Amino acid sequence: MSNAVPLPAAPKRLGSSAVRKFVKNRAAVLGAILVGFFVLIAIFAPVIATEDPFKTSFTAVRKAPSAAHWLGTDELGRDLFARITYGARTSLLAGGVSVLIALLFGVPFGIIAGYFGGWIDSVISRVIDAMLAIPFLILAIALAAFLGASLTNAMIAIGLSAAPIFARLTRGQVMSVRSEEYVEGARVIGLRHPRIILRYIVPNAVAPIIVQATLTIAAAIIAEASLSFLGLGQQPPNPSWGSMLNSSKNFISQAPWMSIWPGTAIFLVVLGFNLLGDGLRDAIDPREH
Amino acid sequence: MLGLLARRCLVVLPTLIIVSILVFGMQKLLPGDPILALAGEDRDPQTMAYLQEKYRLNDPIPVQYAVWLKQIVTGDFGVSVRTDVPVADLIFQKLPVTIQLAAFAMVVALLIGVPAGIISAVHKGTVTDYSINVAALSGLSIPNFWLGILMILVVSVQWQLLPSSGYTSPLEDLGQNIRTMIMPALVLGTGLAGVLMRHTRSAMLGVLRSDYVRTARAKGLNERTVIIRHALRNALVPIITLSTLLFGELLAGAVLTEQIFTIPGFGKLIVDAVFTRDYAVVQGVVLCTAVGFILMNLLADILYILVNPRLRDAT
Repeated sequence: MSNAVPLPAAPKRLGSSAVRKFVKNRAAVLGAILVGFFVLIAIFAPVIATEDPFKTSFTAVRKAPSAAHWLGTDELGRDLFARITYGARTSLLAGGVSVLIALLFGVPFGIIAGYFGGWIDSVISRVIDAMLAIPFLILAIALAAFLGASLTNAMIAIGLSAAPIFARLTRGQVMSVRSEEYVEGARVIGLRHPRIILRYIVPNAVAPIIVQATLTIAAAIIAEASLSFLGLGQQPPNPSWGSMLNSSKNFISQAPWMSIWPGTAIFLVVLGFNLLGDGLRDAIDPREH
Repeated sequence: MLGLLARRCLVVLPTLIIVSILVFGMQKLLPGDPILALAGEDRDPQTMAYLQEKYRLNDPIPVQYAVWLKQIVTGDFGVSVRTDVPVADLIFQKLPVTIQLAAFAMVVALLIGVPAGIISAVHKGTVTDYSINVAALSGLSIPNFWLGILMILVVSVQWQLLPSSGYTSPLEDLGQNIRTMIMPALVLGTGLAGVLMRHTRSAMLGVLRSDYVRTARAKGLNERTVIIRHALRNALVPIITLSTLLFGELLAGAVLTEQIFTIPGFGKLIVDAVFTRDYAVVQGVVLCTAVGFILMNLLADILYILVNPRLRDAT
């Protein structure tokens, strides 16, 4: 039926002007470079790492940085450069998977609440309010505690804790788009709800979601490091920047390098995602300037 | 205005009920049969039957929830399996420590974040603005537990200026209490200063573009008076409300800060409870945090209504 009637034109999506704005923004480009750098480290960890990250050596316990061990060694004589290189995998995996879980749970509920409104919106909004009332990290700690300590459970806990942020954002975006003329037009010509949502609503809500996802990856990386620091994330002997900082705190004065490098790695990758997210927001939504 | 306030208060109720359902539901996530865990290795059938009855685990889940909620409403959060102390007592014992830490951290955040935001907005587009923005984003990107470790390394180990850990009650020794709180407050406050700076800058930029600021400048007032008396006063409204909303961030940050500086507060309570599988304490802390956050949200709403003349005069 709908094939006989010309479909209303959806507004232009992210254009080349946004890309130009992004490329002109030096901070955003720096963020993209930092993120790209750590992604490459994570992918090529086996090639980059000069030593086995699990290999202990009782003759090389807590050695300062040297030609043999560029970033020094830890309390079990393991090479810190190798552990930080492999730790990038844990952090980026945790950041990416957590945000994916948050998107999978948050976005559909946000779309349903924003598109249909009424009592469905009221119920979903109250659940979002309730979840947002529990601070992100405390909810993640509690969920990790009940689910058990592991990297997988930490990612689930972080993802579920971040889901209401995406649900609320998507709901707002959908509500602002659903009364647009082209959506009304799509309804008038009899398009079904799923098609309207996929063709007209989602493309227009996607830009702020991408920005939020980038910023949430930064928060998720810190959350994973925090959970691992507390012993609720990646379990030893697997390398994670958070758990490396946890063991380093017992040797602050004897081996400061054990604290400095994993922390610097977390700081740089999180800064990268924050700069990238800010740059994307500025390029997509100039009102934020 | 009273009607508006009453409506805001009523909206809180369903949120509180859903929070209670979520917190109650957490114990259902536990793998395995909780009775097997409680009954110990003997798994005596009589003991297991007694425990089933005691915790009403044979009842349907809605009934279990109603019984649990009734206990919570009367202030009975259960008993800690680790210390055998009522959870409510533990929470009230630890909460003042975390509130003091959060208050100190908020002072640090306000003292750094608000002036930095004003300077950044006033000097928009300059090197000063750019530098402050980079500093704020760096503050947001530094994990506070790492900052804590670095501060211990420099301030306590190398300079030997402040104690690296521990806590002294202000009632015991106020001077020592402040000495032990300086570093944790700086660690917790720095990240929030970044958030406050960015919001202050954004609010100030909005106000500095407004008609009444332009009018004040046209009247010949000097720039300092325009910024402080006209712009800042109006920009402060969203900043005050945001400060109350940062309560949740403060509590979450306190978990890690207390862990690093060995401060016996609310955050350390939940972490210790997690490792001893003291689920009643975990539930109690999560519930109290959520209720506190909802009430702070309500306070922010009320403050916003009270300081916003258009809403205040609404009937």
